[in-house]
Amino acid sequence: MTSPADMLPDTAQEERARALGREIRCMVCQNQSIEDSEVGLARDLRLLVRERITAGDSDAQVKDFLHARYGDFVLLRPPFAWNTLILWATPLVALLVGFGLILLARRGTASVPPPAPLSAEEQRRLADIEAAIQGKDGNRA
Amino acid sequence: MTPTSRRLLLAAPFAIAAAGGVGFYTALQRQRSGAYNPRGVPSALIGQPPPAFDLPALPDAGVESFGSADLRGLGRPVLVNFWASWCVPCIIEHPQLMKLSREGVPVFGIAYKDRAPDSLQFIRRHGNPFARLAQDVPGRVAIDWGVYGVPESYLLDAQGIIRWRYAGPITDEVLEQDLRILLRRHG
Repeated sequence: MTSPADMLPDTAQEERARALGREIRCMVCQNQSIEDSEVGLARDLRLLVRERITAGDSDAQVKDFLHARYGDFVLLRPPFAWNTLILWATPLVALLVGFGLILLARRGTASVPPPAPLSAEEQRRLADIEAAIQGKDGNRA
Repeated sequence: MTPTSRRLLLAAPFAIAAAGGVGFYTALQRQRSGAYNPRGVPSALIGQPPPAFDLPALPDAGVESFGSADLRGLGRPVLVNFWASWCVPCIIEHPQLMKLSREGVPVFGIAYKDRAPDSLQFIRRHGNPFARLAQDVPGRVAIDWGVYGVPESYLLDAQGIIRWRYAGPITDEVLEQDLRILLRRHG
């Protein structure tokens, strides 16, 4: 967390710095943003972000500054590029595969042939069974 | 469902578990030997010259400081090593740096966020492998290199282009299996 002493006097700039910091990965802890981390390097980077903002950098310029030094990994939201294509395309691919499977399964059930009509012998047995059940119910009533 | 496909379905979870086990075992073995670093991140500076910088020397260390100008086209590969006296893995790494330096490979050191007396005490106690030694007390030059911890080493080729970055201590395995090959390739 940014200690009060490290905060920018301009609240709008401080807000920007925090929003940016939440998008920057702490390279030491790797699963926290620099805003969330207590590590020394995270503090250095928080101060650096604030320094760049005070110097008049846009948000994109601050991100580019860090990206040039630490690569894609420093951005918690990875950029859309050819080497991150699989990452971004995976949800879409998974959705398409799911739809495909549903379609396949439905076509599978539709193609099951309707059962053959009962033979005379089977119809007689069914009638017997039904009569027996009704007889039982009658007894119980 | 045919009996074969049923048997295959039954075997599938076991096969997946076994494959996972083999994978984890290999990863742990490679981690132990230093061949695989789970926290390793590719450097953004590979294929580029180092960032422009100038740093002060460590007083009384007996070696000069260096800056980006001193790394330009040395005609031979050089290892730039970020370290600190407070860094425990740096002690593990130190014998390998000493070995390289004895073999005549130039090793340039940058003491990262360290107090000068502590850095000095470290090289007096363990030996000085550094042909040049600079201090980065604020740690800002390290950020320009993309350093995210110590020790961290960068191999520059004969033209001064960064070819390799290793985050973590250069163990004997890393030295023998990776660094020596790279030194030959870029020598």
